[in-house]
Amino acid sequence: MYRTKFFDHLILILGAAFLIGPVVVALMTSTHEAAEIHRQGLMLTPGGHFVDTYEKVLTREGGFTGQVTGLRMIMNSLILGLGFAVGKIVLSMLAAYAIVYFRFRFATLAFWMIFTTLLLPLEVRIMPSYEVVSRLGLLNSYTGLIVPLLASATGTFFFRQYFKSVPDELLEAARIDGAGPFKFFIDVLVPLSQTMIAAVFIIMFVYGWNQYLWPVLMTTDESFYTLMRGIKQILQVWIGSQIPDYNEAFALAVLAMLPPVAIVVLFQSWFIKGLTESDK
Amino acid sequence: MKRVQFSSPVLPYLFLLPQMLVVFVFFYWPSVQAIQSSFYIEDPFGFGSTFVGAANYTDVLLSPEYQKIARFTAVFTFLVTVLSLGLGLLLAVKADAVIRGASAYKTILISVYAIAPPVAGLIGMMFFDQHIGPFVKFAAWFGWNMKVGLSYFDTAFAMIAVSVWKQIPYNFIIILSGLQGIPAAIREAAAIDCRSGTRRFWTVILPLLAPTAFFLLIINITYALFDTFGIIDVMVKDKAADNPITLVYKVYLDGFRGNDIGSSSAQSVILMVVVFVLTVAQFRFIERRVHYG
Amino acid sequence: MASIEINSVSKTYIGGTTAVDAVDIQIRDGEFIVLVGPSGCGKSTLLRMVAGLETISDGTVSIGGRVVNDMEPADRDIAMVFQNYALYPHMTVYENLAYGLKNRRTPKSEIEARVAEAARMLELEPYLARKPRALSGGQRQRVAMGRAIVRKPAAFLFDEPLSNLDAKLRVSMRGEIRKLQRRLGTTAIYVTHDQLEAMTLADRLVVLNGGKIEQIGTPLEVYHRPASTFVASFIGSPAMNLLKGNLDGDQLAIGPAVIAMAGAVAASGAVTVGLRAEDLRSVGANEAGLPFEVDYVEELGAHRLVHGLLGDQPLSAMLPLESEITGRMTLAVAPERLHFFDAETTRRIETPFARQQIAAPVTFAPSELV
Repeated sequence: MYRTKFFDHLILILGAAFLIGPVVVALMTSTHEAAEIHRQGLMLTPGGHFVDTYEKVLTREGGFTGQVTGLRMIMNSLILGLGFAVGKIVLSMLAAYAIVYFRFRFATLAFWMIFTTLLLPLEVRIMPSYEVVSRLGLLNSYTGLIVPLLASATGTFFFRQYFKSVPDELLEAARIDGAGPFKFFIDVLVPLSQTMIAAVFIIMFVYGWNQYLWPVLMTTDESFYTLMRGIKQILQVWIGSQIPDYNEAFALAVLAMLPPVAIVVLFQSWFIKGLTESDK
Repeated sequence: MKRVQFSSPVLPYLFLLPQMLVVFVFFYWPSVQAIQSSFYIEDPFGFGSTFVGAANYTDVLLSPEYQKIARFTAVFTFLVTVLSLGLGLLLAVKADAVIRGASAYKTILISVYAIAPPVAGLIGMMFFDQHIGPFVKFAAWFGWNMKVGLSYFDTAFAMIAVSVWKQIPYNFIIILSGLQGIPAAIREAAAIDCRSGTRRFWTVILPLLAPTAFFLLIINITYALFDTFGIIDVMVKDKAADNPITLVYKVYLDGFRGNDIGSSSAQSVILMVVVFVLTVAQFRFIERRVHYG
Repeated sequence: MASIEINSVSKTYIGGTTAVDAVDIQIRDGEFIVLVGPSGCGKSTLLRMVAGLETISDGTVSIGGRVVNDMEPADRDIAMVFQNYALYPHMTVYENLAYGLKNRRTPKSEIEARVAEAARMLELEPYLARKPRALSGGQRQRVAMGRAIVRKPAAFLFDEPLSNLDAKLRVSMRGEIRKLQRRLGTTAIYVTHDQLEAMTLADRLVVLNGGKIEQIGTPLEVYHRPASTFVASFIGSPAMNLLKGNLDGDQLAIGPAVIAMAGAVAASGAVTVGLRAEDLRSVGANEAGLPFEVDYVEELGAHRLVHGLLGDQPLSAMLPLESEITGRMTLAVAPERLHFFDAETTRRIETPFARQQIAAPVTFAPSELV
């Protein structure tokens, strides 16, 4: 207890360096010129090209049709992240509310149906999901991008767990005060769940923003590309080029990392609460 | 079960409707389709499909290529799970032990969680790049001529390294939270009963972390099997030919690139079974854990 | 078995808060010392410093003659009983008891013998194969004590071990702990906020307040000669009445009442006067005494506690059931039973008659117990 503090710190410093090092390097390298990077390798110190490179990545119309800019991709990622997070919260709160607070015939059935969605991650049903979305005419649309992702149980489980821990007395008191199911939900349960909502929102936003496989598959129209799609694209363009645009790739990576990492760091306590609630 | 519940006839269905609708359309329908198509071979010209029974399954399971990929997936999953859990555990234990600077370490270690797999893959690719990657230069000192993207082994190494890197923060958070959930009094009693910190760890702390550990095991396996897709796709750069890939990637390749829906579906179903077993195991254990403490 | 010396020990946290301020306690081998005080007085912190669970900012702690400041808890030859028992949930009762010995490489036969003996002493034999979650609070508490006993340490440290038990169990466990300690003869430091527990268990009590020692003494000393108004009001239930009074030559004035002191108090001017509720008795209306206006009465069964006002100061009197309670009463107190404290420093002012009050405490030699 008294000694070993030095080694503890050493291990932590090494661990932290191992984890954050690549991110720092990515940031630094993105501010140099591609040719310089090619010559000297990855950089640890800032170069002089921060503004130009980022401006280029954000505003240059790239891709095959020349329609998509970095800004546009950020927009799309934002829409996906926010849309997904909001959608998830609304759907799962309502569903969890129904399952926990109502006595109705198909309650157990509904619960198990939602439960089974945990058994099959998207990757495993990717082909037919694509088919379905295509048949519904939702390819290359925000709806098609967001809604299919909502078909999973995680949010519902979060809120179900949380609602179960809310004291029964609250509902009894509300009933005596004349609140019906709607009022109870809006006036009591939702405000009570604020921290849970915040935590779930953060996790879901990060999840949505970071989506890769799904956007890659179902957006062929470049104006719908998200940042993740942009990353794949930047790499596709490299095959065969002389000096790959390392700096631009890194810049795009930094842009793709920034919002989720910032949110997770700034709202750490909520985020952690959300993650650790989920293992119950 | 709540002691008091509403018994409105219509309302619960109303509240459930949005979620159930989405689940039906975008989960059950595709899943059933996947299972269905696994029993058919599609005509390459799109004129229909022929029922072939379990032929897709046998073809897939017996194919040496599939078996090679399955073996790699097993090794990959094992290494990624063990390494990211081990390192996460180490860092969590140390972060729990220090008081000063703890929150700074925590912040840094947690931040990497939010990095998407493809972004991690991209950065990883740079670090392992022939021309500019520092790892390549470092390995060269030892006479190891790394050719990520060309050499099977080197690419596998890079994939595993990046996958582990990305998963450490999650394990760190969960384990740290588990450690901090162990009542301080028990740890103090152990400090009085047992001089050696290591021994205390093995005999008291680890057993109390067991439920968390099991949960993480399942999550990590799931991560290695599925969420590493982005990393693999980025590192393989569409040149899947001779590179190591995992089973889930093959589902994608055969389905989207190769247009072999039947085979892809069969592979999906095989993976479904694997996930099913894992998830059921997880939930059975978690229910038992509720009575544990 | 060992003596414990706490020499000028302090604990200051980063940020400046001082939890324990230069505390000196010399504990004899085999003594049962109770640290008592309100929440936040530093008693637990002090105990934990002796255990090694908190670092010592200043001063030294010695156990059996060795300075233990820098020693790991496991090396100090102490055993601790925690408030929440701190039993290892994944181990059986047997394993919980054996754990400390196993780690010290005690031979298996020795472990078995000690565990069996402790289990017998604490009536835990039927539970050895159970896990803590299958035990009641009282049983868990006994396991926690068993864990300490098997180690045969130089000292037992108790951190409010009875707080989580219901009242009845607390009373019976109290007796058990006392008997056990007497029988084993091990030095013990016991922390509690319950003054009754402190009084019934201690050979000597240490009353702490705000990190400082208010008084060290035997229970009777502390009860009959409290060193300050804090100790006076903390020890004893109901709390001692503390009233503002004024000494002028021979006369003690408390509000409207005047008592003749026959020159026995070496002070004059404003003083704080302490009277215990049980030292008051009811006298006839025409006799000299303290005019008392009754507010309400608490019936305690064996006596009654009458609350009211003397002048404008609150006063409580413990009266026998036979006394008649009227709206206005007259109470009398023998002058020797009064306690005097300096109005500013709150420290006790000695009076010649106080010395005769304390009866010799009753003690049993261990051999006289079964």
